[in-house]
Amino acid sequence: MRRVVVTGLGLVTPLGADVETTWKNILASKSGAGPITKFDASDQKCQIACEVKPADHEYGFDASKRVDPKIQRQVDPFIVFGIDAAGQALEDAGLVEMDEETKLRAGCSIGSGIGGLPGIESESLVLANRGPGRVSPHFVHGRLINLISGQVSIKYGLKGPNHAVVTACSTGAHSIGDAARMIKDDDADIMLAGGAESTICPIGIAGFAQARALNCSYNDRPEEASRPYDQDRDGFVMGEGAGVLVLEEYEHAKARGAKIYAEVVGYGLSGDAYHVTAPDPEMDGAYRSMAAALKKAGMTPADIDYINAHGTSTMADTIELGAVRRLFGEAMDSVSMSSTKSAIGHLLGGAGAVESIFCILAMRDQIVPPTLNLDTPSEGCEGVDLVPKVARSREVRAVLNNSFGFGGTNASLIMKKVD
Amino acid sequence: MSDTADRVKKIVVEHLGVEADKVTEDASFIDDLGADSLDIVELVMAFEEEFGVEIPDDAAEKISTVSDAIKYIDENKG
Repeated sequence: MRRVVVTGLGLVTPLGADVETTWKNILASKSGAGPITKFDASDQKCQIACEVKPADHEYGFDASKRVDPKIQRQVDPFIVFGIDAAGQALEDAGLVEMDEETKLRAGCSIGSGIGGLPGIESESLVLANRGPGRVSPHFVHGRLINLISGQVSIKYGLKGPNHAVVTACSTGAHSIGDAARMIKDDDADIMLAGGAESTICPIGIAGFAQARALNCSYNDRPEEASRPYDQDRDGFVMGEGAGVLVLEEYEHAKARGAKIYAEVVGYGLSGDAYHVTAPDPEMDGAYRSMAAALKKAGMTPADIDYINAHGTSTMADTIELGAVRRLFGEAMDSVSMSSTKSAIGHLLGGAGAVESIFCILAMRDQIVPPTLNLDTPSEGCEGVDLVPKVARSREVRAVLNNSFGFGGTNASLIMKKVD
Repeated sequence: MSDTADRVKKIVVEHLGVEADKVTEDASFIDDLGADSLDIVELVMAFEEEFGVEIPDDAAEKISTVSDAIKYIDENKG
């Protein structure tokens, strides 16, 4: 059987424009939240977000490092973040230069939950105010979700599978799982897999606020707004950014002496068949997704040391916890579970990929990242190590990452260290 | 150099991301400046905006060099 390992990582987040800066800030319990600066949000119910910082910030993002200025102008920010994170991952894996034969067996599976919402919003205004003749000729392909994969394949000459997942907030996790299966199925030896999002724009914030999903009660204290499992949690804080991993067939990676971070051993998927936005109160879908991933991995709950929870800082946090408790039983005593959305907000379609990278770094450094702002755990959190406020060193041999999305879609990934 | 030429060249540099000294009057957008057909649509829109002229599709198709653009604009601007 073909095994799939991770050999490269790339991140653009509200806490850094690369993997190491982001991770250092996560472990230092920093928050990426602040007042919205991208537009005047004074008439919005929600006025805060976790924005990727501008280039002149201490850990800001400089798009010109890896993205052609012409492309930056033509495409939505989620594509720019995705191209950059993919470039980082290829550089990390030592795969920027590949021979033709390798390129034919290298593909992309980088998705997004929503895609180019800021550009759809602004060009709609152009259409309404100035007519169809002023709409940009780059409007369509600058907003499409599969255009991270498209742009990255063109930039680096990747001629294998070209795919893009769209499963709302589970996009990143599904992207990795699907790409791993493409390698297992012998469609490719190398896959760039992940997700990106950037929807901090008036219609994005208004839409999620109207759906009663966003935190609207901490506008004066943005850094305290994302508080998964806390009794005063009141909705998620929108984040933005991208996470991309290089997945590679194990023998292929070994043969070229690649650095191997982890092995993708389990992937589970399920549907709630319950409600478009609300989770099934029993979270049976989440349970089945996690159980399927464990079965694929040939593991028991006691083998998992760390869970990066979906934990968005909404009412659903404790429902997810209930599903984990049901699956883990006594193994609950030995597992640590945290939500890094407390620090970087909810990256929607990027979340599953970014959080998978945190899981991998937790194994690399044998430390689990904290759940910020967990002052008073909600009822139902008793007896669970939610890693409140401060990162903690501990043994981390295998990790589980959960991502759930609108529409009742669930994805769970299990990765372990490779000896 | 005319005012039109200066402004046209500035737009070309900005939109195509090319060095200013490459934008000579006889430079072809596609052959010399790396533009594709969509870049030309975008350039034409930018010229229309900057100079308040309307460049219909059949005229736009005939604009292939920097000097073609300057000439069309000079002849048609209000």
